[in-house]
Amino acid sequence: MIEIQDIHKIFGENHVLKGISAKFEAGMNNLIIGGSGSGKTTLLKCMVGLHEPDEGHVIYDGRDFTRMNFEERIEIRKEIGMLFQSSALFDSMTVEENIMFPLNMFTTQNKKDRMERVNFCLERVNLEGKNKLFPSELSGGMKKRVGIARAISMQPKYLFVDEPNSGLDPKTSIVIDELINEITDEYNITTVVVTHDMNSVMGIGENIVFLFNGQKEWEGSNKEIAHTDNKELNDFVFASKFTQAAKDKL
Amino acid sequence: MIFHPFGKYILLLKAVFRRPEKWSIYRREIFREMDSIGVGSLWIISIISVFLGAVTTVQTAFQLVSDLIPKSVIGGIVRDSSILELSPTISAIVLAGKVGSSVSSQIGTMRVTEQIDALEIMGINSPGYLILPKIIGAVVTIPLLVIISIALSIFGGYLAGTLSGAVTPADFVNGLKSGFVPFTFTVSMVKSVIFAFIITTVSAYQGFYTEGGSLEVGIASTRAVVISCIMILVADYITAQLLL
Repeated sequence: MIEIQDIHKIFGENHVLKGISAKFEAGMNNLIIGGSGSGKTTLLKCMVGLHEPDEGHVIYDGRDFTRMNFEERIEIRKEIGMLFQSSALFDSMTVEENIMFPLNMFTTQNKKDRMERVNFCLERVNLEGKNKLFPSELSGGMKKRVGIARAISMQPKYLFVDEPNSGLDPKTSIVIDELINEITDEYNITTVVVTHDMNSVMGIGENIVFLFNGQKEWEGSNKEIAHTDNKELNDFVFASKFTQAAKDKL
Repeated sequence: MIFHPFGKYILLLKAVFRRPEKWSIYRREIFREMDSIGVGSLWIISIISVFLGAVTTVQTAFQLVSDLIPKSVIGGIVRDSSILELSPTISAIVLAGKVGSSVSSQIGTMRVTEQIDALEIMGINSPGYLILPKIIGAVVTIPLLVIISIALSIFGGYLAGTLSGAVTPADFVNGLKSGFVPFTFTVSMVKSVIFAFIITTVSAYQGFYTEGGSLEVGIASTRAVVISCIMILVADYITAQLLL
């Protein structure tokens, strides 16, 4: 479980996060949603240590990440997998090298075992046989899947996903969502997904935190979201005529 | 105003020299960088060095109007100019353009495409992994390039002098041999190590703190070359003042 307590983040004059607290349970798809500029990516970056929160705590299963020094944080980071919005694959490496990279760096496994793990991860994301391709030779959806394969290569306890559906067609988005969902269930990972994709929200959102103007505005599940009377959430989720019509039919 | 970036530069260097996670991986990266920086720059350094020596010979001969000064002086001037100034400094400025822009844009692109964030998330000390092999690669290969440059510059001077008739081969060789101070070579090597460090660290700093997109990567790359060139010339003066 990951717990965040009273997270504040200020950039110059801009108070981006204004005291956000939430709990993200293991084995569950936890979604952070909100409009552009609501602070969701900043919150995610504070949680993984890419930004330092100005106030507050991030606690991984009782371990206060915000109070740790560089070496202690490395131990937690070995338990973290992350899929970036841009996939962030290493351009100079093949698919295989990308996935093998953390294994090379942090394990003492021999090459055969590492190769087996790479092939297992590629199989898991339905990309078997694509080992020797470079990121520039992959489609957007394939890059995301390689990103997931790399994120799970070290068997993480925590999986962070930043905008998994950005730039993808609706069909591929569903494939990625299902993959995240399956991996979360299979390995009992604490998954935190930042998204503003409504299909993801309705499809995999077991625990949803809605941010508005740097604050937690609402928290609940995808089943509860359709019946909420929170104005800001309604304006966000049912912004289009299509989703409004779907809601009216419920 | 200058203190903030300088402080960030020092902090970056501190992170660069943290203990590597796995030496075998760093070693492989160091060899890759040595190949990229050293072997990859051999061709351009060779060409400019030959012409530097040639131009020095021709221009020195042009200025030697007095019959009282022996022509063999040309050989000595080409030798000392090449060792002390032309080979280390001009090579470093050319390498600041070639290697520095490459280092800055490579790291800057990794920054804006979140690849550096990905390294950090994995628990890898990204400044160490990305920058240390480049520093070691440059500090090892750039002095070697400078040695090659010195040899080729003198050869270029010899060629230009003899082909143009400005100096006879015997006079040029005599000049080369007379009055050689071995310490000048030490100064040249010290300079080349300092310049190598400046080129890689300044460029890496510019790339590492790039914010934005491809436009900013280009700006960072240009800034890396400009600042490296200025720093090389400042360091050149300080080194000469201290060592000579």
